[in-house]
Amino acid sequence: MSINWFQSIRAAWILLLCLISAHSHAQLNIEIFGGGASRIPVAIVPFADENKLQQSITRVIGDDLQRTGLFRLIDPAGLSPHAPVEVVYADWVNRGANALVIGRVTAVSGDQVEIQFRLMDVAKKSQLTGLAITVPTSQLRAAAHRIADVIYEALTGDVGVFSTRIAYVLKRGNKYALQVADADGYNAQSIIEYTEPIISPAWSPDGKHLAYVSFENKKPIVYVQTLATRERRAVASFKGSNSAPSWSPDGKRLAVVLTGQGGSQIFLVNADGSGLQRLSRSSGIDTEPSFSPDGRYILFTSDRGGSPQVYRMAVGSSESGNAERLTFEGSYNVSPDYSQDGKSFTFIHRNNGQFNVAVQDIGSRQVQILTNSKFDESPSFAPNGKMILYATEINGHGILSAVSRDGQTRQHLTVQTGDIREPAWGPLPTWK
Amino acid sequence: MRKLLGISLIVLLSACASQTTQPEVDDLTAGSGAGAGLGGSDLGGAGSGRPGYFSQLNDPNSILSQRSVYYDYDSYSVKGEYRELVLSHARFLRDNASASIILQGNTDDRGSREYNLALGQRRADSVKNMMTLAGARDAQIESVSLGEEKPRAMGQGESVWSQNRRTDILYRGE
Repeated sequence: MSINWFQSIRAAWILLLCLISAHSHAQLNIEIFGGGASRIPVAIVPFADENKLQQSITRVIGDDLQRTGLFRLIDPAGLSPHAPVEVVYADWVNRGANALVIGRVTAVSGDQVEIQFRLMDVAKKSQLTGLAITVPTSQLRAAAHRIADVIYEALTGDVGVFSTRIAYVLKRGNKYALQVADADGYNAQSIIEYTEPIISPAWSPDGKHLAYVSFENKKPIVYVQTLATRERRAVASFKGSNSAPSWSPDGKRLAVVLTGQGGSQIFLVNADGSGLQRLSRSSGIDTEPSFSPDGRYILFTSDRGGSPQVYRMAVGSSESGNAERLTFEGSYNVSPDYSQDGKSFTFIHRNNGQFNVAVQDIGSRQVQILTNSKFDESPSFAPNGKMILYATEINGHGILSAVSRDGQTRQHLTVQTGDIREPAWGPLPTWK
Repeated sequence: MRKLLGISLIVLLSACASQTTQPEVDDLTAGSGAGAGLGGSDLGGAGSGRPGYFSQLNDPNSILSQRSVYYDYDSYSVKGEYRELVLSHARFLRDNASASIILQGNTDDRGSREYNLALGQRRADSVKNMMTLAGARDAQIESVSLGEEKPRAMGQGESVWSQNRRTDILYRGE
């Protein structure tokens, strides 16, 4: 493959290296409910010689594809082609596969392995795409995610998000850990651990920093922490409470909620903590800001109309007096998060004492409730807009769950012990 | 490439192991470790320079030893039964200009964490307003919120939730 490819993949490995740590105890398990009616049937043949590796590449690929709810895996039992010349297409037509994934693993030198894969179109009897990646054996999962992205993109036309990361808070006993994990929940690593609460993690647009709220000093303070160096600084520690950070799309500023000037109001502050500027001005509660992808608007929760509802204001105007109310169904609509195309947002809607994930189209104002659980919180769009990550509760324990944008597929990501909450889906890696 | 990866790994892992520095926090008593209890009344070391008024504050026969105001569901107004408690602390602050407090508002755990943080702030602010109207100085009082993050009682149901809907009064230096 080309030099450019190696350069980009090398950048990716460096990015992912910090995920490999001694803290990867919080392994997540995935359960899938329901699913779309028209899934793409895909057969994945275990790669030649992958059984010599500690990690099955094709299992990770299969799990990734299945979690989206868009694919149905066809059992290749009995057939094991690894190269195009070995494929008998009639066999795969008979099994109902539209696409076929084949490949091989070759030891290169030391602990480096080369993974070659091809995606075959069964109907056209031709190769759709293919890739060769050389990685150290410690990076086999990341390589598998990269391959799953390529397959997903070739078969759906959308950007794959299997190489992205998620952040969340894990509470275990009286300890709170801010963790970062791969999008499938593996390689979890604690960024910071405290005996006091942490809430509201927010990814910087470049994926290099996390903003969050820590209560370690007896009140909420907003910090920004750099993942690679673990350096951090308080960007909002003003008198009163400081919370609800949201990054501007250019990564230069944060919207935060401060109370020092009365009430809970939205302010802008530079990422280094300078240049404080008041944005909202109401006598009620204005909180949970979420920047639009073009940086022009902020969605937020306000009770100015008597109950908490989602509003939108222009960032340019200094006053939010003419903010537009967006939600009208029910008496409790909170925690808005913009989709990546800026055309819709996800939020929490309360109905009959249940708190559920919903999506509203901004243009048509059409609302769709996506879940039927009891206590959903903190919905966060995947960077391709196809899935929403959220926190929910099962048997009194907080777990992470994800639901497809159309509500057709849901999955639980669970840890063995502890409460997991406040998820935030990270951006696409910089090499994508 | 492999060599480069190895070096990166070492650099990153050593970075991962390094201690994060405690940040500067404006307007709060210094010297509090990460393990200090938020819900407790310990706001820093009780050093030798401790003002004499603390004996009055901690006298179990004094109303000043009572430090919590409780609320109805979805409400932030100070109920009549807590009026004398709040006003007593306000008069104490008025008469002891060097004393200062932090008011921590709390909520039960239903709903959005950030929205609950704002609701808890409103509870703390309502106590602060009452105190400043009664003669305490604005600079003596910092009102903050802990939202639903530091419940006094764990579990579900009104008997639990009612204990968590409250504002705590903490004296600095105590």
